[in-house]
Amino acid sequence: MISWSNVEVAYEGRRVLGPIDIDVGDGEWLGLIGPNGAGKTSLLKTAVGVIPHEGTVTFGGQQGRRGLDAAWMPQRPHLPDEMGVADYVMLGRTPHLGYLAAETKHDVGTVYAALERLDLSAFAKRPLGTLSGGEAQRAVLARALAQEAPVLLLDEPTASLDVGHAVEVLDVVDELRREEGLTVVTAAHDLTLAGRYADRLVLISGGVVAASGSPGEVLTEDNLKAHYGAGIRVIEDRDGPIVVPMRQRT
Amino acid sequence: MIRDTAPTEARSARIGWIPPALGVIAVLVAGAVGATVGAAGLDPGSVVAAVVDAMPGVVVDSGLTDVETSILFEIRLPRVVLGAIVGAVLAVAGASYQGVFRNALADPFLLGVAAGAGLGATVAFSVTGDSTLLAPFAFIGGMAAVVVTYALGRSVGGRSATSLILAGVAVAAFATAVQTYVLQQNVATLREVYSWILGRLVTVGWKDVWGLAPYAGGASVVLFASRRLLDVLSIGDDEASALGINVSRVRLVIVVAATLATAAAVSVSGLIGFVGIIVPHTIRLLFGWSYRVIIPLSLLFGAAFLMLADIAARTLASPAELPIGVVTAFFGAPFFLLVLRTMRGPT
Repeated sequence: MISWSNVEVAYEGRRVLGPIDIDVGDGEWLGLIGPNGAGKTSLLKTAVGVIPHEGTVTFGGQQGRRGLDAAWMPQRPHLPDEMGVADYVMLGRTPHLGYLAAETKHDVGTVYAALERLDLSAFAKRPLGTLSGGEAQRAVLARALAQEAPVLLLDEPTASLDVGHAVEVLDVVDELRREEGLTVVTAAHDLTLAGRYADRLVLISGGVVAASGSPGEVLTEDNLKAHYGAGIRVIEDRDGPIVVPMRQRT
Repeated sequence: MIRDTAPTEARSARIGWIPPALGVIAVLVAGAVGATVGAAGLDPGSVVAAVVDAMPGVVVDSGLTDVETSILFEIRLPRVVLGAIVGAVLAVAGASYQGVFRNALADPFLLGVAAGAGLGATVAFSVTGDSTLLAPFAFIGGMAAVVVTYALGRSVGGRSATSLILAGVAVAAFATAVQTYVLQQNVATLREVYSWILGRLVTVGWKDVWGLAPYAGGASVVLFASRRLLDVLSIGDDEASALGINVSRVRLVIVVAATLATAAAVSVSGLIGFVGIIVPHTIRLLFGWSYRVIIPLSLLFGAAFLMLADIAARTLASPAELPIGVVTAFFGAPFFLLVLRTMRGPT
């Protein structure tokens, strides 16, 4: 569904990412993991065309149409304090509206469906500035859903959430993926959660793919120690690997 | 009942009908008062009758003498209409700049248009000595300053809005320095230049109005059409771009429209400050955050505000006139603070 081929990103002449080749199938959930600065965010940004890059990102073999093929949930979204939740989610309809067009009943219906889906109907008129971290995260996800793009790119979707809310948000994404047939790519630091939800993990380190495969194949102590440093233990569990940080100094 | 300090209901992006209706009433009342008040007092009823009489196919006896009719149509009304257009342009340009640069302190003069127009006007007064060249020189100076700002901003910072604003600061400082030097060499023109800088709506009939109307009309249409895009830009360049917006192009179109209209306005009215800041912010505080609300209401309330300011400028020190820029700041700033305090509540 989405393919990065030979993608490279350079800042001020210094290559920070690539060359990267990744194919994500229809309806697949791909988890990008890797240490800080590995290039996960840059990789997601190349797919929505917000940073210059070499190589190509295609959707179903076609050149991407900005806003229509992929919905992007940034790591630190801008949330104007005074804007109401429903109006914010309506921004997700932008790619479907001409520059001069006004939203139709269909757009309003899509927005309210996205709000309901994320349990935000009661918050429709709340200003964004009054939402809790979890509610705000759901609002951003609702905006991405309202885009009705077949690919969801989520950069640290659970970064500001406690474990309960993190699971809740990821469960919603998983449900949507199954029901709407969406393809999902997430970048995450919580390796256990990444392994629980993704079909496949890609470990990016130093701007290149260091490992790729099922969560069991990628989340090994050797892999993680080599790229995250020492002090990580992996415990095998029925539902997948559990990654536990270990205290190094006593 | 316990109430949160933060509002629990956001204002809608939809404008409704009451705010625009209030705006239209404000424009009509300010226009009617502006046409009536002045050295030659005209009866309000007669003024309205004369205006209705001037409409095609309508005959009403206004009771005005020929001289009074001439004062109304050749002196009073052009000035009132010019005030409305300049006010609307400055307010809507200020609102657009604030949106496009996501900067609450942005005003229409942000990218150097005021300093450039000031330099142009100074050169017209001091070097050519021909006052008919004032408007074209101010217009060219204003536009040239913004073009230089844009080129500089792009060359040092690519698409960044901050680099554009900083380039505007540098260009404005440079143009002001050159203007000061030219003035020092030609102190005889100091008074005239100073009076222009403080703003004035003295017209020579309808000529200024017709000169300004195409720029004001064109810019208003473009900025009105861009109001939804300004809301999209409020979530940042990257996110707007990921939603399919060509951010650089949208920013360029909005800046060009707002700047052309501002340069055209200041070339006839001088530098009337505060309108572009006070009007959009008051609207924001009273009617909400969305540019779908702020842009159309800025046009209406900007027009009404400057017509009222002009009435004050004409009457407060009658028979002398106060510079309108002084009036907008003197009355606008406390009013703005009052609205700010009322809406935010005591802290």
